[in-house]
Amino acid sequence: MRSVVAIYVENNFGVLTRVAGLFMRKGFNIDTLSVGETEDPRYSRITVTFDGDDYGRGFLIKQLGKLHEVKQIKLMKTDNNIEREHMLVKVRNTPESRAELKTAADLYHASIVDFNPDVICVEVSGEPSIMEQFLDMIKPFGIVEMCRSGIICIDCAGNLFDAAE
Amino acid sequence: MNTQKLKGSQIIIETLIEQGVTHIFGYPGGQVLQIYDQLYQNADRITHVLTAHEQGAAHAADGYARATGKVGVVLATSGPGATNLTTGLAAAMMDSVPVVAITGNVPTYFIGKDSFQEINTIGITMPITKHNFYVTDVTKLADTIREAFRIAKSGRPGPVLVDIPSDVQAAETFFQKGHEAEPYPEEQAREKDVKKAVELINQSKRPYIYVGGGAESRNMGELILALADKIDACIGCTFMGISCIPSKEERFLGMQGMHGRYASTKANWEADLIIGIGVRFSDRATGNQKAYVAGKKIIQIDPDFSEINKNINVNVGLIGDITDAVSRILENVDEAQHPGWMERVEELREEARSLRDHYETIAEDPFTTIKIFDAINEGKTDDTIVTTDVGQHQMWAGQFLEFEKNRKFLSSGGLGAMGYGLGAAIGASLATGEKTVMITGDGSFSMNLIELATAVTYRVPVVIVLLNNHSLGMVRQLQAVYCGSRYSATLPDRKTDFCMVAEGMGAKAKRVTDLESFKAAFAEGMASDGPYVVEAVIDTWELVLPMLPNGGTVKDLILEKDQKKE
Repeated sequence: MRSVVAIYVENNFGVLTRVAGLFMRKGFNIDTLSVGETEDPRYSRITVTFDGDDYGRGFLIKQLGKLHEVKQIKLMKTDNNIEREHMLVKVRNTPESRAELKTAADLYHASIVDFNPDVICVEVSGEPSIMEQFLDMIKPFGIVEMCRSGIICIDCAGNLFDAAE
Repeated sequence: MNTQKLKGSQIIIETLIEQGVTHIFGYPGGQVLQIYDQLYQNADRITHVLTAHEQGAAHAADGYARATGKVGVVLATSGPGATNLTTGLAAAMMDSVPVVAITGNVPTYFIGKDSFQEINTIGITMPITKHNFYVTDVTKLADTIREAFRIAKSGRPGPVLVDIPSDVQAAETFFQKGHEAEPYPEEQAREKDVKKAVELINQSKRPYIYVGGGAESRNMGELILALADKIDACIGCTFMGISCIPSKEERFLGMQGMHGRYASTKANWEADLIIGIGVRFSDRATGNQKAYVAGKKIIQIDPDFSEINKNINVNVGLIGDITDAVSRILENVDEAQHPGWMERVEELREEARSLRDHYETIAEDPFTTIKIFDAINEGKTDDTIVTTDVGQHQMWAGQFLEFEKNRKFLSSGGLGAMGYGLGAAIGASLATGEKTVMITGDGSFSMNLIELATAVTYRVPVVIVLLNNHSLGMVRQLQAVYCGSRYSATLPDRKTDFCMVAEGMGAKAKRVTDLESFKAAFAEGMASDGPYVVEAVIDTWELVLPMLPNGGTVKDLILEKDQKKE
C-alpha cells in the first residue's frame, strides 16, 4: 500500500542521507521524495512516498523516530489531506499536435512556459492521480523530457501521528 | 570566569577528561597528530592505550564500557584508521554499548579531493552508530563531544562517532569547562500498560521471565528475582543477559534459544506468559517466531520504543524506564504459587542434567568442554570478567559458565564478531583492574591475536583459554546439520603453534591435552600478572548441543547429531 510520510528533521549536514539511507537499510524503496525548509528555518520537511503494509509502515516510522535529527513524523492519512505534485514536461512541437496539446493543457490548468520550433514546455501541478491522467493524455504527442517534484502533502488539522504511538 | 583560548585538540582532551574518561584506546596517524601531541602533554591526566590495530582499540573501548557502564572512548586517524574501527563500532551498536569514537580527518579544504587517507567516515559509519557528527567549526567542538556522550548513554545506549578534520583540531577558540553529560530523561511506562501487564501476570499459570542485555546493563538482577519470587516464575535469559542473574539462583535456567540450555529453551516454549525485559526477541533466541507466540501472552518491557512489536507481536509493551516499569509491576501484582509449573521446571532441569551426563558418557575424548568450563568456574572468582570470541567456544561459554555478579560476561552477541574477545578483555581489565579470562577458539584467536602484544605491554592480567579443535567449529557444525557434512573451508590445515606465537609476543603459554594439566595451567594463569595463554587441544568433532535449528520450533530441538568425520 502506498504511504506518505512527512518527516521533520533538523536542518543539518547530511540529514537527508540519514533519512534516505534508513529506508534502504530497512529494505524499503522510496517512490518519491521532496525536501524543503519549513515555517521554522531550523527544520526541513522531508516528504516521502513508499510502499509498505501495516507492519512495514509502523516499523519504518519507529525506526525513523530513532534518528537523532528527526524531530517529528507524520504519517499522512489517505483522505482528509492535500497532496500535490509539480511537473515540467517538454512535448514535441508539431503543427498537427499543437492545438490538441493546448486544449489538454487548458483542461488541466497547465501553462505553456516555453515554446520553440522543436518542443513545447508545459508546467502543471495538481493531485498526483490527476498528473498521471495528464501524462497519459499528452503521451501520444511525444514526451521528450520531463521532471517531477515528488509529492508534497499537508494534512487538514488533527491527523497527527506520533512516532511512539 | 574559567574561560581561556584553546586549540581544538586541547578542547578534545579537556572535554574527554570533563566527561570522566580515564582511558582512551587508539592508534596514532597523520590526521590525529595534534590530538596525540595533547595526549603526550596530558599523560598524567588521561591514559592512552596503544593497541596493535584500530579494531582492537574499538573492542577495548567496548569492553571498558561493558565492564563499567561508563562510556568507552576510541581514537583513530582518518582513512584506514576509521575503516578499521567499523567492526568494533558495529559490534557496539548491535549490543547497545555506549562508546564514543573520535576520528581525525583531512583538513576541511582537502575534503572531497581524494586526499591521502581521506575517506567519508560519516558515510561509512552512519548505519553502525547511534549517531555521528562531522565538526567543521571549532567553536562547536566541545558541545558536540558532550552531546556525543549524552546520546551514547541515553535510553538504549550505543556508539557515537565524532569526525574532526585536522584544521579544526588546530583552530583556536574560547573554552569553557562543562559537566559530565546527563542522559536524556526517559519516559515512564503508561499506567494503563502497567495495569494490563499486571492483569496478564495475575492470569498466568506458567510465567517465564526472559531477561536480556537491557536488564543486564541496568543491573536489574535483584529486582527481577523479587518479581520472580512474588509471581512464582522461572527466569531465562538471552545471550546478552547471562550475568544479569546469579547462576546459583534456583529460578534461573540460563540462556535459551538456538544454542541455549535445554531447560530454559523448553520452559520458554511451554510457558503461557513471557515477560521480556530488555530483550528484542531475536531470531536466534526464539526460533520460528510464528510458532513461538502461539498460545502465549507476551509482555515486552524495553527502553527502545522501536523494539515493541518489531520481531514478534506482543500483548502489551512498556516503553521507557524499565527499572521503574518492573518496580511498578512488582508493587501491583498479586502474590502467586504455581506448584505444577515449578514441578515441570524441575523435571526439565532433571532432564537437562541427564542429558549432560549422557553427553559426557558418549564423548570419545574424555577432555570435554563441559569439564573444561567446570574447571574455569572453579578456578575463577566472583569478580573475574569473562570475554569470548565467536563460535562454538562462545556458545559453550554461554551454556556452562556461572556468574555471581553483573557485567561479568562480555561477548559480541548481536554482530557475532570473531576477534572481539581479546580487545574487550584488555579494555575491561584496564578499566576495572580485575583479572580477566578470555575464552576463544583457534579460528577467532587467529583473527586478532596481535592484541597479545598490547596485553603484554600493559601487563593486562588476562588468561586466554584457547579451545583448539583445529576447526572453524561453529560453521562446521552448521555444515553437518545443513550441508550433509560437506566441510567446506572449515577444516583449515594450519600449522600454527599458538604457544610459540604467544611466547614470541612476550606472553606466557602452555599447551594441555587433559583436565588435570588444564587445571594446573589455568591456576598458574590466574596467579600470573600478565597475559597467559592456555591452549587446550580438544576433539575436533564436539558439537554445541542442544541446537534449535534456524526457524525451528522446540519440536525440532536437536539433542544428538550424527556427523561424518573426515
